[in-house]
Amino acid sequence: MSAMLEVEDLHAYYGKSHILQGVTFSVGEGEIVSLLGRNGVGRSTAIKAIMGDVPPRGSVKFRGRQIAGMKPHQIARLGLGYVPENREIFPSLTVRQNLFLGQKSTRESGRWKMADMFGIFPRLEERADTPAGVLSGGEQQMLTMCRTLMGDPDLIMVDEPTEGLAPMMVELVGKLLEEIAGRGVSILLVEQKLAIALKISRRLYVMGHGRVVFEGKPADLSADSPVRKEWLEV
Amino acid sequence: MLELITFSTLNGVLYGMLLFMMASGLTLIFSMMGVLNFAHASFYMIGAYFGFEISRRIGFWPGFIVAPLLVGAIGALVERYGLRRVHKYGHVAELLFTFGLAFIIEELVQMFWGKLPVDYRVPPSLDFVAFRLFDTTYPAYRMFMLATAVAMFVFLFLVLKRTRVGLIIQAALTHPSMVAMLGHDVPRVFMAVFGVGAALAGLAGVIAGPALVTQPSMAALLGPILFVVIVVGGLGSLAGAFVASLLIGLVQTFAVAINASLADVIGPSADIFGDLGRVTVAQIAPVIPYLLLVLVLVFRPTGLLGNRES
Ligand SMILES: Nc1ncnc2c1ncn2[C@@H]1O[C@H](COP(=O)(O)OP(=O)(O)O)[C@@H](O)[C@H]1O
Ligand SMILES: [Mg+2]
Repeated sequence: MSAMLEVEDLHAYYGKSHILQGVTFSVGEGEIVSLLGRNGVGRSTAIKAIMGDVPPRGSVKFRGRQIAGMKPHQIARLGLGYVPENREIFPSLTVRQNLFLGQKSTRESGRWKMADMFGIFPRLEERADTPAGVLSGGEQQMLTMCRTLMGDPDLIMVDEPTEGLAPMMVELVGKLLEEIAGRGVSILLVEQKLAIALKISRRLYVMGHGRVVFEGKPADLSADSPVRKEWLEV
Repeated sequence: MLELITFSTLNGVLYGMLLFMMASGLTLIFSMMGVLNFAHASFYMIGAYFGFEISRRIGFWPGFIVAPLLVGAIGALVERYGLRRVHKYGHVAELLFTFGLAFIIEELVQMFWGKLPVDYRVPPSLDFVAFRLFDTTYPAYRMFMLATAVAMFVFLFLVLKRTRVGLIIQAALTHPSMVAMLGHDVPRVFMAVFGVGAALAGLAGVIAGPALVTQPSMAALLGPILFVVIVVGGLGSLAGAFVASLLIGLVQTFAVAINASLADVIGPSADIFGDLGRVTVAQIAPVIPYLLLVLVLVFRPTGLLGNRES
């Protein structure tokens, strides 16, 4: 399998604090990969560094092309999608306008149309012309994911999509992730909880202290309770 | 009395609209980039001088079109090759940069056009009386200024609310890095907003030049009022800047027109205030905006319509 995203010896800093201390992992074509770890280990920083939102040191290759040092909008245009953990919807714009800004041009193109989003989440259609700021947390999470999908990424990085959601919403998020993978889009899922990650991922990485401390298949992680105890359970 | 009210209202709204023409750009730039552009009033001045120079050589109308475009281009270049480079050294550096730029522009204007006011005239095609109320006349040129300002706003409003670029700008006001990570070239949007903001200030200069005085100190005279407007309105709030522009435009125009003192109103008992009782409203008119600024900062630090913490 050819690796679509290859991160090698990635370092990142906030001011003087050395947050990522040589992270290495990869995501293959059409793969769902999870990046796990406790709060504060640097998972969000890792995907922000891949997107160019935090200056990366080291190598980040997308489809064989070095993207470390490129601007965030250039990276997005290559086909990398990013769904932030804090649901950065544009609150004063309507749901429809939020989705529209997910598109990279005025025309809907590629795998996803606005109608698809409304089909998957009828709730978004009902609220299409309401300012996104008044949506519930779960609805905002859906909107953020759909907004990024409107840009037709080939690989989507989703940061803690189930954080703070009710169980029913968590299930919806899981369904959407499977739908995304079903259309041939690779997924890098950042999570803290194991449930969804174990269920849908092909491979998992666990981060600790700014490095990758475990790599394997869901079954390997399920079997390895020392790793779970040391790096995941709270 | 009726004439005083009618004309002062018209003039106040006109002055307010001119202020908003500059304050809108200033506040958009501030909320997007976090830069208080000290050179914004300088773009207004360059607009007036370019308008003057072009109208002297070719005519008023070519200047009306070309001068704002030139100023907009200068603004875009300043952002692209100046501010963007200074940006990595932080907001203080950016502030100092725009501060220095304002001085440089003033010096350059003096070098090219001298220290005295230039003779920038109302074009003959607009040099007539629009209407007469009792004994007072109102010049057509002022109506033209008002119409230009209003047309500009309708246009800007539609761009901001109805176009894709407008939506991107609105989103980038609060979430610039998210907008970039969706694939939009935010630095280019910044440059465009800076350029359009400068062009608007330039347009204000082109049309205000013939009505007011075109001189090298016009930027320094106007700059402080602009800051009052955007702080009173609420830093970063476009609607707030609009309300504050009109408010300050009207208050100042009426204050200048009212030639009454405390003594005129409450009679001899005003003597207990000493000389203060004899100061006319018109005399304190220039201070009123700053008074308003202090009051707003004390009682509503976020400004009339602002919601920023800082
Ligand atoms: N903007 C920031 N400025 C300074 N430090 C930050 C910033 N964002 C995160 N950090 C720090 O970087 C470390 C990693 O954070 P993060 O990548 O958000 O972890 P995770 O997503 O795994 O919870 C934490 O110690 C956090 O406090
Ligand atoms: Mg995180």
